[in-house]
Amino acid sequence: MSDSNSTASAKPMIDIVDLHKTFGEHRVLTGINLTVPAGSTCVILGGSGSGKTVLMKHMIGLLKPDSGQVIIDGEDIVPVGVEELQRVRRKFGMVFQAAALFDSMTVYENVAFPLREHTRLPEEQIREKVRAKLDLMGLKREAEQKFPADLSGGMRKRVGLARAIVLDPKVVLYDEPTTGLDPITTDYVDEMILAAQRELGVTSVVISHDIASAFNVADQIAFLSKGVIVEHGPPEQLRASEHPAVKVFLQTWFGKN
Amino acid sequence: MSIDTPSKPQRGPSILVQSVEGVGQGLIGFVSNIGGVMSLLVDVVRWSLRRPLRLQNLFAQLDFVGVGSIFIVALTGLFTGMVFAFQSSTAFELFDAESLVGPTVALTLTRELAPVFSALMITMRAGSAMCTELGTMRVTEQVDALETMAVNPVQYLLVPRIQAGLFMTPALTMLFNTAGMGGAYVVSVVVKGISAGTFISRTRQWMDPMDVWEGIIKGAIFGLSVALICCYKGYNASGGAKGVGQATTEAMVSSALSIFILDFIVGVLMH
Ligand SMILES: Nc1ncnc2c1ncn2[C@@H]1O[C@H](COP(=O)(O)OP(=O)(O)OP(=O)(O)O)[C@@H](O)[C@H]1O
Ligand SMILES: [Mg+2]
Repeated sequence: MSDSNSTASAKPMIDIVDLHKTFGEHRVLTGINLTVPAGSTCVILGGSGSGKTVLMKHMIGLLKPDSGQVIIDGEDIVPVGVEELQRVRRKFGMVFQAAALFDSMTVYENVAFPLREHTRLPEEQIREKVRAKLDLMGLKREAEQKFPADLSGGMRKRVGLARAIVLDPKVVLYDEPTTGLDPITTDYVDEMILAAQRELGVTSVVISHDIASAFNVADQIAFLSKGVIVEHGPPEQLRASEHPAVKVFLQTWFGKN
Repeated sequence: MSIDTPSKPQRGPSILVQSVEGVGQGLIGFVSNIGGVMSLLVDVVRWSLRRPLRLQNLFAQLDFVGVGSIFIVALTGLFTGMVFAFQSSTAFELFDAESLVGPTVALTLTRELAPVFSALMITMRAGSAMCTELGTMRVTEQVDALETMAVNPVQYLLVPRIQAGLFMTPALTMLFNTAGMGGAYVVSVVVKGISAGTFISRTRQWMDPMDVWEGIIKGAIFGLSVALICCYKGYNASGGAKGVGQATTEAMVSSALSIFILDFIVGVLMH
Protein backbone atom coordinates (compact mmCIF):
# COMPACT_ATOMS: atom_id res chain seq x y z
CA MET A 1 0.00 0.00 0.00
CA SER A 2 2.79 2.36 0.93
CA ASP A 3 4.31 2.25 -2.53
CA SER A 4 1.07 2.90 -4.40
CA ASN A 5 2.42 6.24 -5.55
CA SER A 6 5.54 4.77 -7.05
CA THR A 7 3.65 1.93 -8.76
CA ALA A 8 1.03 4.27 -10.13
CA SER A 9 3.70 5.89 -12.26
CA ALA A 10 5.20 2.55 -13.35
CA LYS A 11 4.34 1.33 -16.83
CA PRO A 12 1.10 -0.60 -17.00
CA MET A 13 1.24 -4.39 -17.12
CA ILE A 14 -2.45 -4.68 -17.91
CA ASP A 15 -4.33 -1.87 -19.60
CA ILE A 16 -7.96 -2.36 -20.49
CA VAL A 17 -9.59 0.21 -22.73
CA ASP A 18 -13.32 0.57 -23.26
CA LEU A 19 -14.07 -3.14 -23.08
CA HIS A 20 -17.52 -4.38 -24.04
CA LYS A 21 -18.83 -7.93 -23.76
CA THR A 22 -22.31 -9.26 -24.36
CA PHE A 23 -23.54 -12.84 -24.05
CA GLY A 24 -26.60 -13.07 -26.27
CA GLU A 25 -28.89 -10.39 -24.89
CA HIS A 26 -27.02 -10.09 -21.65
CA ARG A 27 -24.70 -7.07 -21.57
CA VAL A 28 -22.14 -8.02 -18.97
CA LEU A 29 -19.33 -5.51 -19.52
CA THR A 30 -20.23 -2.08 -20.91
CA GLY A 31 -17.10 -0.01 -21.22
CA ILE A 32 -14.46 -1.16 -18.75
CA ASN A 33 -11.35 0.98 -18.34
CA LEU A 34 -8.74 -0.35 -15.96
CA THR A 35 -4.98 0.00 -15.64
CA VAL A 36 -2.85 -2.25 -13.49
CA PRO A 37 0.72 -0.94 -13.12
CA ALA A 38 3.53 -3.48 -13.29
CA GLY A 39 4.45 -4.83 -9.90
CA SER A 40 1.25 -3.76 -8.18
CA THR A 41 -1.71 -5.63 -6.76
CA CYS A 42 -5.18 -4.74 -7.96
CA VAL A 43 -8.23 -6.15 -6.22
CA ILE A 44 -11.51 -6.29 -8.09
CA LEU A 45 -14.60 -6.09 -5.92
CA GLY A 46 -18.20 -6.35 -7.02
CA GLY A 47 -21.42 -8.18 -6.40
CA SER A 48 -22.01 -11.75 -7.43
CA GLY A 49 -22.70 -11.95 -11.16
CA SER A 50 -21.35 -8.47 -11.82
CA GLY A 51 -18.87 -9.80 -14.38
CA LYS A 52 -15.61 -10.03 -12.41
CA THR A 53 -14.72 -13.46 -13.73
CA VAL A 54 -15.65 -12.44 -17.27
CA LEU A 55 -13.37 -9.41 -16.96
CA MET A 56 -10.50 -11.54 -15.70
CA LYS A 57 -10.90 -14.05 -18.51
CA HIS A 58 -10.44 -11.20 -20.98
CA MET A 59 -7.10 -10.35 -19.39
CA ILE A 60 -5.67 -13.70 -20.43
CA GLY A 61 -7.47 -14.03 -23.75
CA LEU A 62 -9.89 -16.79 -22.74
CA LEU A 63 -12.74 -14.57 -23.90
CA LYS A 64 -12.70 -12.16 -26.83
CA PRO A 65 -14.46 -8.83 -26.29
CA ASP A 66 -17.09 -7.44 -28.63
CA SER A 67 -15.03 -4.26 -28.72
CA GLY A 68 -12.20 -2.65 -26.81
CA GLN A 69 -8.55 -3.33 -26.15
CA VAL A 70 -6.70 -5.55 -23.71
CA ILE A 71 -3.11 -4.37 -23.64
CA ILE A 72 -0.70 -6.69 -21.86
CA ASP A 73 2.81 -5.38 -21.38
CA GLY A 74 2.35 -2.95 -24.28
CA GLU A 75 0.73 -5.42 -26.68
CA ASP A 76 -2.97 -5.57 -27.58
CA ILE A 77 -3.92 -9.24 -27.26
CA VAL A 78 -7.42 -8.94 -28.72
CA PRO A 79 -6.49 -9.28 -32.41
CA VAL A 80 -3.60 -11.75 -32.02
CA GLY A 81 -3.79 -15.40 -33.04
CA VAL A 82 -3.60 -18.51 -30.90
CA GLU A 83 0.16 -18.91 -31.23
CA GLU A 84 1.01 -15.40 -30.07
CA LEU A 85 -1.49 -15.70 -27.25
CA GLN A 86 0.40 -18.74 -26.04
CA ARG A 87 3.56 -16.68 -25.86
CA VAL A 88 1.81 -13.94 -23.88
CA ARG A 89 0.24 -16.49 -21.55
CA ARG A 90 3.62 -17.79 -20.45
CA LYS A 91 3.89 -14.64 -18.36
CA PHE A 92 0.67 -15.55 -16.57
CA GLY A 93 -0.61 -17.83 -13.90
CA MET A 94 -4.30 -18.08 -13.20
CA VAL A 95 -6.22 -19.42 -10.24
CA PHE A 96 -9.74 -20.43 -11.23
CA GLN A 97 -12.73 -19.80 -9.03
CA ALA A 98 -13.53 -23.52 -9.00
CA ALA A 99 -9.84 -24.59 -9.11
CA ALA A 100 -10.16 -26.33 -12.54
CA LEU A 101 -7.68 -29.05 -11.59
CA PHE A 102 -7.08 -31.78 -14.15
CA ASP A 103 -9.09 -34.60 -12.64
CA SER A 104 -7.21 -37.32 -14.52
CA MET A 105 -4.00 -36.30 -12.75
CA THR A 106 -2.88 -36.49 -9.15
CA VAL A 107 -2.22 -33.39 -7.09
CA TYR A 108 1.49 -33.80 -7.73
CA GLU A 109 1.04 -34.15 -11.49
CA ASN A 110 -1.27 -31.14 -11.57
CA VAL A 111 1.31 -28.90 -9.96
CA ALA A 112 4.15 -30.42 -11.98
CA PHE A 113 2.25 -29.98 -15.24
CA PRO A 114 3.37 -26.42 -16.11
CA LEU A 115 6.97 -27.33 -15.25
CA ARG A 116 6.88 -30.38 -17.49
CA GLU A 117 5.33 -28.39 -20.30
CA HIS A 118 7.57 -25.35 -20.24
CA THR A 119 10.87 -26.38 -18.69
CA ARG A 120 13.34 -29.18 -19.23
CA LEU A 121 14.11 -29.63 -15.56
CA PRO A 122 15.09 -33.08 -14.34
CA GLU A 123 12.55 -34.88 -12.22
CA GLU A 124 14.33 -34.16 -8.91
CA GLN A 125 14.17 -30.44 -9.48
CA ILE A 126 10.54 -30.67 -10.52
CA ARG A 127 9.81 -32.56 -7.33
CA GLU A 128 11.65 -29.97 -5.29
CA LYS A 129 9.68 -27.11 -6.81
CA VAL A 130 6.34 -28.87 -6.59
CA ARG A 131 6.93 -29.74 -2.94
CA ALA A 132 8.03 -26.20 -2.16
CA LYS A 133 4.78 -24.80 -3.56
CA LEU A 134 2.65 -27.46 -1.89
CA ASP A 135 4.39 -26.76 1.42
CA LEU A 136 3.79 -23.05 0.92
CA MET A 137 0.10 -23.83 0.58
CA GLY A 138 0.17 -25.99 3.69
CA LEU A 139 -0.59 -29.21 1.85
CA LYS A 140 0.78 -32.35 3.38
CA ARG A 141 2.86 -35.00 1.62
CA GLU A 142 0.08 -37.57 1.74
CA ALA A 143 -2.08 -35.29 -0.41
CA GLU A 144 0.41 -35.52 -3.28
CA GLN A 145 -0.83 -38.77 -4.72
CA LYS A 146 -4.52 -38.04 -4.29
CA PHE A 147 -6.80 -37.17 -7.16
CA PRO A 148 -8.72 -33.88 -7.15
CA ALA A 149 -12.03 -35.69 -6.67
CA ASP A 150 -10.77 -36.94 -3.28
CA LEU A 151 -9.90 -33.49 -1.95
CA SER A 152 -11.93 -30.98 0.02
CA GLY A 153 -12.90 -27.74 -1.69
CA GLY A 154 -10.32 -25.75 0.23
CA MET A 155 -7.57 -28.23 -0.58
CA ARG A 156 -8.45 -28.09 -4.26
CA LYS A 157 -8.23 -24.34 -4.16
CA ARG A 158 -4.78 -24.51 -2.62
CA VAL A 159 -3.58 -26.99 -5.22
CA GLY A 160 -4.90 -24.59 -7.88
CA LEU A 161 -2.90 -21.79 -6.26
CA ALA A 162 0.24 -23.91 -6.17
CA ARG A 163 -0.19 -24.82 -9.83
CA ALA A 164 -0.70 -21.19 -10.85
CA ILE A 165 2.51 -19.98 -9.23
CA VAL A 166 4.79 -22.95 -9.79
CA LEU A 167 6.48 -21.32 -12.79
CA ASP A 168 6.90 -18.04 -10.87
CA PRO A 169 4.93 -16.04 -13.45
CA LYS A 170 5.20 -12.25 -13.82
CA VAL A 171 1.44 -11.80 -13.61
CA VAL A 172 -0.93 -13.84 -11.48
CA LEU A 173 -4.70 -13.66 -11.81
CA TYR A 174 -6.55 -14.90 -8.75
CA ASP A 175 -10.28 -15.56 -9.07
CA GLU A 176 -11.45 -15.66 -5.47
CA PRO A 177 -8.34 -17.33 -4.11
CA THR A 178 -9.51 -17.36 -0.51
CA THR A 179 -13.20 -18.16 -0.82
CA GLY A 180 -13.82 -21.37 1.06
CA LEU A 181 -10.54 -21.31 2.94
CA ASP A 182 -10.25 -21.14 6.71
CA PRO A 183 -9.07 -17.81 8.21
CA ILE A 184 -5.53 -19.03 8.83
CA THR A 185 -5.04 -20.23 5.28
CA THR A 186 -6.64 -17.02 4.03
CA ASP A 187 -3.98 -15.02 5.87
CA TYR A 188 -1.39 -17.34 4.39
CA VAL A 189 -2.60 -16.68 0.86
CA ASP A 190 -2.74 -12.94 1.46
CA GLU A 191 0.79 -13.04 2.80
CA MET A 192 1.86 -15.06 -0.23
CA ILE A 193 0.41 -12.48 -2.63
CA LEU A 194 2.21 -9.71 -0.77
CA ALA A 195 5.46 -11.64 -0.65
CA ALA A 196 5.33 -12.40 -4.37
CA GLN A 197 4.91 -8.70 -5.07
CA ARG A 198 7.61 -7.62 -2.63
CA GLU A 199 10.23 -10.20 -3.50
CA LEU A 200 9.59 -11.02 -7.15
CA GLY A 201 7.83 -7.90 -8.41
CA VAL A 202 4.80 -9.93 -9.42
CA THR A 203 1.74 -8.11 -10.75
CA SER A 204 -1.42 -9.53 -9.21
CA VAL A 205 -5.08 -9.12 -10.01
CA VAL A 206 -7.29 -10.52 -7.28
CA ILE A 207 -11.03 -11.00 -7.39
CA SER A 208 -12.30 -11.16 -3.87
CA HIS A 209 -15.40 -11.08 -1.77
CA ASP A 210 -13.37 -10.81 1.39
CA ILE A 211 -13.13 -7.09 2.08
CA ALA A 212 -10.62 -7.48 4.90
CA SER A 213 -8.16 -9.32 2.73
CA ALA A 214 -8.85 -6.96 -0.16
CA PHE A 215 -7.81 -3.99 1.95
CA ASN A 216 -4.90 -6.01 3.23
CA VAL A 217 -3.28 -6.85 -0.10
CA ALA A 218 -4.44 -4.14 -2.52
CA ASP A 219 -2.47 -1.23 -3.91
CA GLN A 220 -5.55 -0.38 -5.90
CA ILE A 221 -9.12 -1.51 -5.59
CA ALA A 222 -11.49 -1.44 -8.53
CA PHE A 223 -15.19 -1.73 -7.92
CA LEU A 224 -17.25 -3.31 -10.68
CA SER A 225 -20.93 -2.55 -10.88
CA LYS A 226 -23.44 -2.76 -13.75
CA GLY A 227 -20.76 -3.46 -16.32
CA VAL A 228 -18.39 -0.60 -15.51
CA ILE A 229 -15.68 0.22 -12.99
CA VAL A 230 -17.40 2.78 -10.79
CA GLU A 231 -14.51 3.40 -8.42
CA HIS A 232 -10.82 2.76 -8.82
CA GLY A 233 -8.03 3.85 -6.54
CA PRO A 234 -6.10 3.09 -3.38
CA PRO A 235 -8.08 1.46 -0.57
CA GLU A 236 -8.49 4.73 1.32
CA GLN A 237 -10.18 6.24 -1.72
CA LEU A 238 -12.60 3.36 -1.93
CA ARG A 239 -13.28 3.60 1.79
CA ALA A 240 -14.31 7.24 1.30
CA SER A 241 -16.31 6.57 -1.86
CA GLU A 242 -19.65 8.28 -2.24
CA HIS A 243 -20.89 5.87 -4.91
CA PRO A 244 -24.05 4.20 -3.55
CA ALA A 245 -23.17 0.67 -4.76
CA VAL A 246 -19.75 0.88 -3.15
CA LYS A 247 -21.16 2.28 0.08
CA VAL A 248 -23.72 -0.51 0.40
CA PHE A 249 -21.05 -3.12 -0.34
CA LEU A 250 -18.60 -1.76 2.21
CA GLN A 251 -21.24 -1.20 4.87
CA THR A 252 -21.80 -4.93 5.06
CA TRP A 253 -18.27 -5.16 6.40
CA PHE A 254 -17.33 -1.90 8.02
CA GLY A 255 -20.82 -1.42 9.36
CA LYS A 256 -20.24 -4.31 11.71
CA ASN A 257 -16.92 -3.09 13.08
CA MET B 1 -37.44 -34.85 -13.87
CA SER B 2 -39.44 -32.92 -11.35
CA ILE B 3 -37.65 -29.64 -11.93
CA ASP B 4 -38.55 -29.47 -15.59
CA THR B 5 -41.61 -27.39 -16.16
CA PRO B 6 -44.39 -29.66 -17.34
CA SER B 7 -45.19 -28.97 -20.97
CA LYS B 8 -48.67 -27.53 -21.23
CA PRO B 9 -50.85 -28.67 -24.07
CA GLN B 10 -50.23 -26.04 -26.68
CA ARG B 11 -52.53 -24.59 -29.21
CA GLY B 12 -50.50 -22.99 -31.86
CA PRO B 13 -48.74 -24.15 -34.97
CA SER B 14 -50.19 -27.42 -36.14
CA ILE B 15 -48.26 -30.63 -35.84
CA LEU B 16 -47.49 -30.47 -39.52
CA VAL B 17 -45.92 -27.03 -39.30
CA GLN B 18 -44.06 -28.05 -36.18
CA SER B 19 -42.62 -31.12 -37.79
CA VAL B 20 -41.56 -29.19 -40.87
CA GLU B 21 -39.89 -26.69 -38.58
CA GLY B 22 -38.28 -29.55 -36.71
CA VAL B 23 -36.84 -30.98 -39.90
CA GLY B 24 -35.67 -27.52 -40.94
CA GLN B 25 -33.93 -26.94 -37.65
CA GLY B 26 -32.41 -30.39 -37.85
CA LEU B 27 -31.03 -29.55 -41.28
CA ILE B 28 -29.62 -26.22 -40.15
CA GLY B 29 -28.02 -27.92 -37.17
CA PHE B 30 -26.62 -30.64 -39.42
CA VAL B 31 -25.07 -28.18 -41.86
CA SER B 32 -23.58 -25.95 -39.16
CA ASN B 33 -22.17 -29.05 -37.47
CA ILE B 34 -20.49 -30.10 -40.70
CA GLY B 35 -18.91 -26.65 -40.92
CA GLY B 36 -17.71 -26.87 -37.32
CA VAL B 37 -16.34 -30.38 -37.74
CA MET B 38 -14.51 -29.40 -40.92
CA SER B 39 -12.83 -26.40 -39.34
CA LEU B 40 -11.89 -28.58 -36.39
CA LEU B 41 -10.31 -31.02 -38.86
CA VAL B 42 -8.23 -28.20 -40.32
CA ASP B 43 -7.12 -27.20 -36.82
CA VAL B 44 -6.27 -30.76 -35.91
CA VAL B 45 -4.16 -31.24 -39.02
CA ARG B 46 -2.37 -27.95 -38.38
CA TRP B 47 -1.61 -28.75 -34.76
CA SER B 48 -0.63 -32.35 -35.43
CA LEU B 49 2.29 -31.10 -37.52
CA ARG B 50 3.74 -28.97 -34.74
CA ARG B 51 6.03 -29.62 -31.90
CA PRO B 52 5.88 -30.89 -29.29
CA LEU B 53 4.65 -34.25 -30.56
CA ARG B 54 2.49 -35.55 -27.76
CA LEU B 55 3.48 -39.18 -28.07
CA GLN B 56 2.56 -40.06 -24.53
CA ASN B 57 -0.99 -38.82 -25.06
CA LEU B 58 -1.15 -40.55 -28.42
CA PHE B 59 -0.10 -43.91 -26.97
CA ALA B 60 -2.60 -43.55 -24.17
CA GLN B 61 -5.36 -42.98 -26.72
CA LEU B 62 -4.18 -45.75 -29.05
CA ASP B 63 -4.30 -48.04 -26.08
CA PHE B 64 -7.73 -46.84 -25.01
CA VAL B 65 -9.36 -46.80 -28.45
CA GLY B 66 -7.53 -49.76 -29.96
CA VAL B 67 -6.40 -52.22 -27.35
CA GLY B 68 -9.41 -51.50 -25.19
CA SER B 69 -11.81 -52.33 -28.02
CA ILE B 70 -10.21 -55.63 -29.03
CA PHE B 71 -12.55 -57.78 -27.01
CA ILE B 72 -15.86 -56.26 -28.06
CA VAL B 73 -14.86 -55.89 -31.70
CA ALA B 74 -13.67 -59.50 -31.87
CA LEU B 75 -16.84 -60.67 -30.20
CA THR B 76 -19.08 -58.65 -32.49
CA GLY B 77 -17.13 -59.92 -35.50
CA LEU B 78 -17.37 -63.50 -34.37
CA PHE B 79 -21.11 -63.39 -33.91
CA THR B 80 -21.73 -61.40 -37.07
CA GLY B 81 -19.78 -63.97 -39.07
CA MET B 82 -21.60 -66.85 -37.40
CA VAL B 83 -25.07 -65.41 -37.88
CA PHE B 84 -24.36 -64.40 -41.43
CA ALA B 85 -22.93 -67.80 -42.36
CA PHE B 86 -25.84 -69.55 -40.72
CA GLN B 87 -28.49 -67.50 -42.49
CA SER B 88 -26.84 -67.54 -45.89
CA SER B 89 -26.10 -71.26 -45.80
CA THR B 90 -29.73 -71.92 -44.88
CA ALA B 91 -30.77 -69.88 -47.91
CA PHE B 92 -28.13 -71.23 -50.28
CA GLU B 93 -29.06 -74.82 -49.36
CA LEU B 94 -32.30 -74.25 -51.24
CA PHE B 95 -30.34 -73.79 -54.47
CA ASP B 96 -27.63 -76.34 -53.71
CA ALA B 97 -25.21 -73.43 -53.72
CA GLU B 98 -23.58 -73.87 -50.28
CA SER B 99 -20.18 -73.44 -51.86
CA LEU B 100 -20.98 -69.74 -52.18
CA VAL B 101 -21.39 -69.21 -48.44
CA GLY B 102 -17.70 -68.53 -47.90
CA PRO B 103 -17.29 -65.87 -50.61
CA THR B 104 -20.64 -64.24 -49.78
CA VAL B 105 -19.75 -63.85 -46.15
CA ALA B 106 -16.19 -62.80 -46.94
CA LEU B 107 -17.13 -60.12 -49.45
CA THR B 108 -19.88 -58.60 -47.34
CA LEU B 109 -17.78 -58.68 -44.21
CA THR B 110 -14.66 -57.11 -45.63
CA ARG B 111 -16.36 -54.45 -47.69
CA GLU B 112 -19.28 -53.46 -45.53
CA LEU B 113 -19.97 -55.14 -42.23
CA ALA B 114 -16.49 -55.06 -40.74
CA PRO B 115 -15.83 -51.32 -41.16
CA VAL B 116 -19.39 -50.29 -40.31
CA PHE B 117 -19.79 -52.49 -37.26
CA SER B 118 -16.27 -51.83 -35.97
CA ALA B 119 -16.82 -48.10 -36.29
CA LEU B 120 -20.17 -48.39 -34.51
CA MET B 121 -18.63 -50.33 -31.64
CA ILE B 122 -15.79 -47.80 -31.39
CA THR B 123 -18.32 -44.97 -31.37
CA MET B 124 -20.17 -46.53 -28.49
CA ARG B 125 -17.18 -47.52 -26.47
CA ALA B 126 -14.50 -44.92 -27.17
CA GLY B 127 -16.42 -42.09 -28.83
CA SER B 128 -18.83 -41.70 -25.95
CA ALA B 129 -15.95 -41.61 -23.49
CA MET B 130 -14.10 -39.02 -25.59
CA CYS B 131 -17.16 -36.84 -25.74
CA THR B 132 -18.02 -36.98 -22.04
CA GLU B 133 -14.42 -36.57 -20.95
CA LEU B 134 -13.82 -33.53 -23.14
CA GLY B 135 -17.24 -32.12 -22.29
CA THR B 136 -16.57 -32.43 -18.58
CA MET B 137 -13.17 -30.83 -19.01
CA ARG B 138 -14.82 -27.98 -20.89
CA VAL B 139 -17.60 -27.26 -18.40
CA THR B 140 -15.30 -27.54 -15.38
CA GLU B 141 -12.89 -25.08 -17.03
CA GLN B 142 -10.07 -27.61 -17.32
CA VAL B 143 -9.80 -26.70 -21.00
CA ASP B 144 -9.52 -23.02 -20.05
CA ALA B 145 -6.89 -23.94 -17.48
CA LEU B 146 -4.85 -25.72 -20.15
CA GLU B 147 -5.06 -22.61 -22.31
CA THR B 148 -3.92 -20.31 -19.52
CA MET B 149 -0.90 -22.57 -19.08
CA ALA B 150 -0.02 -21.88 -22.72
CA VAL B 151 -0.81 -25.43 -23.77
CA ASN B 152 -2.95 -25.69 -26.86
CA PRO B 153 -5.94 -27.89 -26.04
CA VAL B 154 -6.45 -28.93 -29.66
CA GLN B 155 -2.92 -30.25 -29.75
CA TYR B 156 -2.93 -31.69 -26.26
CA LEU B 157 -6.39 -33.21 -26.14
CA LEU B 158 -7.90 -33.55 -29.60
CA VAL B 159 -5.03 -34.51 -31.89
CA PRO B 160 -4.18 -37.74 -30.02
CA ARG B 161 -7.81 -38.82 -29.83
CA ILE B 162 -8.50 -38.19 -33.49
CA GLN B 163 -5.29 -39.88 -34.58
CA ALA B 164 -6.21 -42.87 -32.45
CA GLY B 165 -9.59 -43.08 -34.16
CA LEU B 166 -7.96 -42.78 -37.56
CA PHE B 167 -5.32 -45.46 -36.97
CA MET B 168 -7.19 -47.90 -34.79
CA THR B 169 -10.48 -48.26 -36.63
CA PRO B 170 -8.85 -49.85 -39.72
CA ALA B 171 -6.84 -52.13 -37.46
CA LEU B 172 -9.96 -53.19 -35.63
CA THR B 173 -11.71 -53.66 -38.96
CA MET B 174 -9.06 -56.25 -39.81
CA LEU B 175 -9.64 -57.92 -36.50
CA PHE B 176 -13.37 -57.95 -37.19
CA ASN B 177 -12.68 -59.61 -40.56
CA THR B 178 -10.58 -62.28 -38.96
CA ALA B 179 -13.00 -63.02 -36.17
CA GLY B 180 -15.95 -62.90 -38.57
CA MET B 181 -14.39 -65.35 -40.99
CA GLY B 182 -13.46 -67.59 -38.10
CA GLY B 183 -17.06 -67.60 -36.93
CA ALA B 184 -18.34 -68.17 -40.46
CA TYR B 185 -15.93 -71.08 -40.93
CA VAL B 186 -17.03 -72.77 -37.72
CA VAL B 187 -20.72 -72.46 -38.54
CA SER B 188 -20.37 -73.47 -42.19
CA VAL B 189 -17.96 -76.33 -41.74
CA VAL B 190 -18.74 -77.66 -38.28
CA VAL B 191 -22.46 -76.92 -37.98
CA LYS B 192 -23.66 -76.90 -41.56
CA GLY B 193 -21.29 -79.56 -42.85
CA ILE B 194 -19.91 -77.65 -45.82
CA SER B 195 -16.50 -79.07 -46.69
CA ALA B 196 -13.55 -77.09 -45.42
CA GLY B 197 -11.81 -77.30 -48.78
CA THR B 198 -14.76 -75.85 -50.64
CA PHE B 199 -15.22 -73.06 -48.11
CA ILE B 200 -11.61 -71.97 -48.33
CA SER B 201 -10.95 -72.43 -52.03
CA ARG B 202 -14.17 -70.72 -53.11
CA THR B 203 -13.50 -67.81 -50.76
CA ARG B 204 -10.00 -67.47 -52.20
CA GLN B 205 -11.34 -67.61 -55.72
CA TRP B 206 -13.84 -64.79 -55.26
CA MET B 207 -11.91 -62.52 -52.96
CA ASP B 208 -9.69 -59.77 -54.22
CA PRO B 209 -7.15 -57.87 -52.08
CA MET B 210 -8.98 -54.74 -53.16
CA ASP B 211 -12.00 -55.87 -51.14
CA VAL B 212 -9.92 -55.94 -48.01
CA TRP B 213 -8.44 -52.57 -48.86
CA GLU B 214 -11.87 -51.11 -49.38
CA GLY B 215 -12.79 -52.14 -45.86
CA ILE B 216 -9.61 -50.72 -44.43
CA ILE B 217 -10.03 -47.40 -46.21
CA LYS B 218 -13.60 -47.22 -45.03
CA GLY B 219 -12.46 -48.02 -41.51
CA ALA B 220 -10.00 -45.13 -41.59
CA ILE B 221 -12.61 -42.72 -42.92
CA PHE B 222 -15.24 -43.80 -40.40
CA GLY B 223 -12.73 -43.71 -37.56
CA LEU B 224 -11.68 -40.20 -38.45
CA SER B 225 -15.26 -39.04 -38.80
CA VAL B 226 -16.44 -40.59 -35.54
CA ALA B 227 -13.51 -39.30 -33.52
CA LEU B 228 -13.89 -35.83 -35.03
CA ILE B 229 -17.59 -35.65 -34.28
CA CYS B 230 -17.27 -36.96 -30.73
CA CYS B 231 -14.38 -34.60 -29.97
CA TYR B 232 -16.16 -31.67 -31.59
CA LYS B 233 -19.32 -32.21 -29.56
CA GLY B 234 -17.47 -32.70 -26.29
CA TYR B 235 -15.03 -29.87 -26.85
CA ASN B 236 -17.85 -27.43 -27.54
CA ALA B 237 -20.16 -28.62 -24.78
CA SER B 238 -21.66 -26.05 -22.47
CA GLY B 239 -24.19 -25.94 -19.67
CA GLY B 240 -22.95 -28.27 -16.96
CA ALA B 241 -23.71 -31.97 -16.56
CA LYS B 242 -26.91 -31.66 -18.57
CA GLY B 243 -25.04 -30.05 -21.46
CA VAL B 244 -22.45 -32.81 -21.45
CA GLY B 245 -25.19 -35.44 -21.54
CA GLN B 246 -26.87 -33.71 -24.42
CA ALA B 247 -23.59 -33.33 -26.29
CA THR B 248 -22.93 -37.04 -25.89
CA THR B 249 -26.35 -38.01 -27.18
CA GLU B 250 -25.88 -35.78 -30.21
CA ALA B 251 -22.38 -37.15 -30.75
CA MET B 252 -23.61 -40.74 -30.76
CA VAL B 253 -26.45 -40.04 -33.19
CA SER B 254 -24.34 -37.91 -35.54
CA SER B 255 -21.46 -40.39 -35.49
CA ALA B 256 -23.71 -43.32 -36.37
CA LEU B 257 -25.38 -41.32 -39.12
CA SER B 258 -22.04 -40.22 -40.51
CA ILE B 259 -20.94 -43.84 -40.72
CA PHE B 260 -23.91 -44.84 -42.85
CA ILE B 261 -23.79 -41.74 -45.05
CA LEU B 262 -20.04 -42.04 -45.64
CA ASP B 263 -20.41 -45.76 -46.27
CA PHE B 264 -22.72 -44.99 -49.14
CA ILE B 265 -20.55 -42.18 -50.54
CA VAL B 266 -17.30 -44.14 -50.34
CA GLY B 267 -18.98 -47.22 -51.78
CA VAL B 268 -20.21 -45.26 -54.78
CA LEU B 269 -16.85 -43.57 -55.31
CA MET B 270 -14.92 -46.82 -55.19
CA HIS B 271 -16.91 -48.72 -57.80
N1 LIG C 1 -19.95 -18.16 -21.08
C1 LIG C 1 -21.01 -17.44 -20.71
N2 LIG C 1 -22.13 -17.46 -21.44
C2 LIG C 1 -23.20 -16.72 -21.08
N3 LIG C 1 -23.25 -15.93 -20.01
C3 LIG C 1 -22.18 -15.87 -19.22
C4 LIG C 1 -20.99 -16.61 -19.53
N4 LIG C 1 -20.06 -16.35 -18.58
C5 LIG C 1 -20.65 -15.48 -17.73
N5 LIG C 1 -21.90 -15.18 -18.10
C6 LIG C 1 -22.81 -14.26 -17.42
O1 LIG C 1 -22.09 -13.09 -17.11
C7 LIG C 1 -22.44 -12.59 -15.84
C8 LIG C 1 -21.20 -12.33 -15.03
O2 LIG C 1 -20.59 -13.56 -14.71
P1 LIG C 1 -19.27 -13.67 -13.86
O3 LIG C 1 -18.95 -15.12 -13.75
O4 LIG C 1 -18.23 -12.79 -14.42
O5 LIG C 1 -19.73 -13.12 -12.45
P2 LIG C 1 -18.83 -12.83 -11.19
O6 LIG C 1 -18.77 -11.37 -11.00
O7 LIG C 1 -17.54 -13.55 -11.32
O8 LIG C 1 -19.71 -13.47 -10.03
P3 LIG C 1 -19.25 -14.35 -8.77
O9 LIG C 1 -18.75 -13.40 -7.76
O10 LIG C 1 -20.51 -15.00 -8.33
O11 LIG C 1 -18.21 -15.31 -9.24
C9 LIG C 1 -23.35 -13.62 -15.22
O12 LIG C 1 -24.66 -13.10 -15.23
C10 LIG C 1 -23.27 -14.82 -16.11
O13 LIG C 1 -24.54 -15.38 -16.24
MG1 LIG D 1 -16.68 -15.23 -10.56
